[in-house]
Parts: sequence; structure tokens; C-alpha cells
Amino acid sequence: MLSVSSLMGTAALMAKSDDVKATVEWAEHFQGNYRLMTDAEKAEARARLAKRYSAQYSKKVTVDGTEAAPGVLMGYALNIKKCIGCRRCVKACVEENNQSRGEKPGERIEWIQVLRMERGEFFKDKMNQGYPEGLGIQVGGNAYTPAGAVMEGQYHYTPEAVPESDANYMPIACMQCEKPPCVKVCPVRTTYREADGPVVIDYNWCIGCRMCMSACPYWARRMNVTTPVLPKEDMNPVTHYLGNRPRMRGVVEQCHWCLQRTRQGRYPACVEVCPVGARKFGNLLDPESEVSVILARKNVFRLKAELNTFPKFFYFYD
Amino acid sequence: MNKLISFVADYMRYVLKGGPKFFGWMGLLAFLSAIALYGFYLQNTEGLIVTGLTSQIHDGLYYANLVFLVGVAAGAVTIVFPAYIYHNEAMHKVSVLGEMLAISAVVMVMLFVFAHMGRPDRLWHMFPFVGIFNMPGSMLAWDVLVLNGYLMLNFSCGFYYLYAKYCGSEVNKKIFMPLIYISIVWALSIHTVTAFLVATMPARPMWHHSMMPIRFIVTAFAAGPCLIILIFSIIRNNTKFWIEDEAINLLSVIVTWCLGLALFLSLSEVVVELYARTEHANGLYYLMFGLHGLTNLVPWFWGSLIAMLVAFVMFLTPSIRTNQKLLPIACVLAFGGIWVEKGMGLIVPGFIPSPIGEVTEYFPTLIEVMMTVSLWAMGFFMLTILLKGAIGIMLGDIRYRADAAEKSPDFPTRGATATLEAR
Repeated sequence: MLSVSSLMGTAALMAKSDDVKATVEWAEHFQGNYRLMTDAEKAEARARLAKRYSAQYSKKVTVDGTEAAPGVLMGYALNIKKCIGCRRCVKACVEENNQSRGEKPGERIEWIQVLRMERGEFFKDKMNQGYPEGLGIQVGGNAYTPAGAVMEGQYHYTPEAVPESDANYMPIACMQCEKPPCVKVCPVRTTYREADGPVVIDYNWCIGCRMCMSACPYWARRMNVTTPVLPKEDMNPVTHYLGNRPRMRGVVEQCHWCLQRTRQGRYPACVEVCPVGARKFGNLLDPESEVSVILARKNVFRLKAELNTFPKFFYFYD
Repeated sequence: MNKLISFVADYMRYVLKGGPKFFGWMGLLAFLSAIALYGFYLQNTEGLIVTGLTSQIHDGLYYANLVFLVGVAAGAVTIVFPAYIYHNEAMHKVSVLGEMLAISAVVMVMLFVFAHMGRPDRLWHMFPFVGIFNMPGSMLAWDVLVLNGYLMLNFSCGFYYLYAKYCGSEVNKKIFMPLIYISIVWALSIHTVTAFLVATMPARPMWHHSMMPIRFIVTAFAAGPCLIILIFSIIRNNTKFWIEDEAINLLSVIVTWCLGLALFLSLSEVVVELYARTEHANGLYYLMFGLHGLTNLVPWFWGSLIAMLVAFVMFLTPSIRTNQKLLPIACVLAFGGIWVEKGMGLIVPGFIPSPIGEVTEYFPTLIEVMMTVSLWAMGFFMLTILLKGAIGIMLGDIRYRADAAEKSPDFPTRGATATLEAR
């Protein structure tokens, strides 16, 4: 296959096509799985993409390939008590990570969902009601009062101002599981866990079977049902191959903890933008890091811990 | 080698001949099949946005039909098993037709896989050596393996048998019988693995229970023989090939048992899930009664349940079961009921509510529906050709003759004698 692909590449080059996009895309069709490429092949694949993106978005686009640093295991902690439900993280994430942002439902992709949960309200006048009535089975009159029901999550809320007095908020995104079900079910190993923790996708290797989406208990993955709508002027040109580079039609994507930033020692966009400092990020192997300190001192829990996915995304409260 | 070439040539020549009824049927199927080409074009230029699939409900009609058709393919074993294990003579004579049905059903499954995939152009990423095949971790990889294996087993068993018949020789039992035994077990494996495909995901409580494989198998062994009975009655009425009542009766007994078991398992699920009515039962609740005012699938569920119950009562009644006029009605009811229950009724509620509790509904688009019809038409196109060729050989209409030049158009007489011989 390699020899065939190089032949194809040569043929494409010899044709001296002026259309960068066509030439590069042709070569992209024959590239292997990123994880298994040699360093030279990786560099070649990135250079090819940088060329295509630069032409496509009419600006200088870089495609980084910084590998995992030794001694790093990324971790995330979120203070649910502090979150005010402003959804600035959602917006920052979309802008940073080049998600599709069209008008039609399938063209809008957001990796973070902020779930609005109702506070419990129990009333005296409901005490005499029961359900189901007349069957002799009586449950308490306030049984169906919602109170922080996570799994009835609602993220399409449009209040005048946040936080609302009758609600609290629970942001949710990829949990970067240590034992990720999505990785196990992928038939072509296009999604895998990087050495420093995040689960990534080689978008060029994904066949779009969507098994990972079915397997994810946190609904963290999104499908590009059409060519992503990404205006030239809004495109973030600082990209990473396994991170925020523009995706193509028919592939799955998900949060990767802003690899293009975090591998350069910066915070993910959502952490940086959070106005109340509810989001904390750091190296779990470093006892001095914020996340490690939180794990040591606060009350911490993992979402759906019973599924044994072992998320590296922790919720805590003061 | 010459024999093989003349086998292919004679086979082709035979299946391309036919009356206006045959060409009308094939023309209709070909026309419907052409729609799929347009559908594939749209899906691979515009993307899956032309379907009703979303990030919330990302498997729909295509996946449902895929799952159902794996069952139809596995259902062919209800002919092969009695034929070769219980040496049922009536079944033995038609076992090759079951293999032809299995081949067509597996090909249809593959067509639906293509329709389902986001990037069918990258299918080669799964091929061993050039790509990566995630064994043994990925259940989908296992499914690809067992389905292709089943296709090859049925292709080799079926066509080896036909070729031997064509040459007027006997099959070599030392090769043939082991392949048959393997294919019987393999038929169970394809549907078990397909059940594992959905049942191994704790993220989807609707699917996550160990009853799934046996439920898949009993529904398959009800729906599969139903289709076979329908095909058999069409063959009896339209060709010289006579299928004995004994074969059809045995198949309807199998349907009776399996349909009863399927209903029992459905009932068990309803009781177990709805008694405690945890959030894990929300998917089933949505299917049966609707959730948060969204009730798209409710009429489908009750409709399919009624169809299956009526069919079960009809199958249970011996006077209806053996009545060749009423039996097809029961078969259509059972087949349709299972298609809804196991297709849309199983796949779609798996996504409602989503793992974070979002309740949305699935609306298949016209393109999706047309694609589905079209892919079924492609399958029936192939099935018609395969069955016609197989029947031609069974009748002796296609037969090897060393002196090819001697061929004369005396098919009817020879066919008639062959039919008599077969009887």
C-alpha cells in the first residue's frame, strides 16, 4: 500500500496540478494510521495538511505534532458549586477548536454541554396527591418533584441572566477515561489514548461507523454529518494534528483537552475563559499541581463511576 | 476448467431468459436499485445530513435494517439444519435455496453497512495488512469477520452443491459435510455477534442486557423462515419446481416455536424493566408510551405487537398453519412485526434518551426511506437471479453436456422429466 500510495503521490506531483487542495487530498487518501507512522511520515502528513489548510482558509495554518511529554498525566477538576451556567466555556471551545458552526442543526457542533438541573421544591399542598392513583399503591405526594436529576439533563436554556435561582449547573464533556469504551469498540483503532492521558482521534483514519458514539456513556462525541461550516475569518490557524485541525465530512470528533495548547504548557480554552474559576487543569503526577491538590483536599466524584470508565475529569465542591 | 466456464455460461444464459412477468419484476427492481446510486452520491457529497441521523440519534433505518437482515441470513439455517442433521428429505431438496437466501441477505447487510458509514471510501482502513483490524477488542471487527465468513461458507456450500448437480456428479462429502456443519454453527455466531454489538454497551441501558443474543436468534428464526415460506409459495406458483408441503409445514412449526419464544422474551423485558421503572427503562418507556410528549414510535410498537400476536395465534392454529392460502398472511404479519420490533423498535429507543438525558426524536428523511427500499430491491434482484439459477439446476434445465454444440431448445420436456424424477 505504501508503494502504491507513493506512486499515486508521484503521479499527482507529476501532473503538476495547480489545485493544491485536490493534490493534497489525493495523497491524504492513502496515508496510514497516524499512530503507526514513522516520524518522517508524520511530518510529511502534517506538512501536507498545513499546505491544504493554508490554501483553503487563506491564511498561514500550522499543524503541530508535539508528542506527549514524559512524566505528564493530564487531569481536570470542575467545581460544580461555582459554575454559574454562563456557557462561556462552550463558546470558547467552539472558537478554539474549529467546530462546525452553521445554521442547520447538523452543522452546529459543541463539545461541552452545560446541563441545567432543577433545585428541589417540595410543597405541602401536594402531600395528598399520589401516583398511581386508585391502584392501592401510594407513593409520596412529592415523589415526582425533580431535584438535580442529572439524567434528565437540559442544556437548551435561555434565561435573562445566570445563575438562575431555581437551578444549578453541571458542565459535561469528554471525561478522558482511563479505560475508554470508545477506544475499545473502534474497529480501526483510529481513536486511542495518548500517553499523557487524552483520548484522541486521527480524523483521517476514521471510517465514520459511529460505534464510539454509541459506546460513550457521557455523550461526548459528535458526528460531522456534513462538511463542517467554518468561515475563513473565524478559523483558528494554530492547530495540532490530533487536536483542533479542521475536520472533514463523515468523521467523529470530541474534546481532546486542547492538545494544541496543553502540550505547549497552556491551559485549555475552557479553563482560561471560565469567569468564576470553576475549571482546574493540571498534571496528576505532579503533587503540587492544582488538580492534585484538589484531589487531595476536596470532596471529589466521578460521573457514572459505576461504569468503570475511570474518568480523569473530576467533579468537586467546596 | 472447461466445465466451470460452461457452468458460468449456462447459468448466465438461463437466468437471463424469462417471460414478461420475469422481466417486469426485474425491471422494477432495477429501477428501484438505481435510486440507491443517487442516494449514495448524495451521502458522499453532502454527507449524512441528507438523512435524519444526528449526533443524538446516529443510527436509524440503515442500522435497523442491517440488524434485521443479519437475522434473515441466519434464519436460512432453519432449512439447512433439519436437512443435514435430521436428514429431512423435503428440506434436503431445498436446502440450497436457503443458502442462496443467506448469500443475498448478507450482501444486503453489506449494502446497508455502506449506506450507514460516514466514510465508505475509507473502508480499506479495516482490511488486514493494509489497514488495521481491531481484533479482538472491537465487536464490530468480529461482526465483519463472521459475516464475511458466513458469506463465503454459504457461497462455497451452495455453489459447490449446484456445480456438482450441474456436472451430474455427487458432492465430495468429506469436504461438503464439514462445511455444512461449520455453516450451521456459524449462522448462530453471526446473529450472536450482532447482538453483542449492541448489548455490550453499558452506555445504552435499553440494549445492555444478556437476553439480547437469544432474543435476536429467536426473532431471526421466526422472521427468516417466514420469508422463506413466502418465497417457497411464490416458487411453487410460478415455476415448475415443486416444494413439498412437508418442508413448508416444518418451517411453520419452527416459526410457531420461535415466535412464541420471542413474545415471551419481549414480555419478560417489559415486566422486568417497567416494574421498577428506573431511568434505565426510559428507552423502553419511550417506545411503549412516549416520553416528554414525544410519541413517534408508540404506534409502531403496538402495531408490531398486535401483528406478532395475531400471527402467533394463526401459527398456533393447525388448520391455519397448514392452509397454504392463509399461511402467507400469517408470515407477512410476523415478518413485518419483527422487522419493526427488532429494527426501529430496538435501535432508535437505544438513543432516546441520550446518555445525558436528552430526549429527541428521529425522523427518517425521504432519501433515507428511498435508500432503504432501494437496497432491499437490490437484494431481491440478486435473490431472484440466485434462486432462478439454483432452481434451473435442480430441475436439470441447466446441465453439463460434453458436446456443447448439441444444445437444443428442448428445455421444457427435459425440465418436466427432471421434475418427475425429483419427485
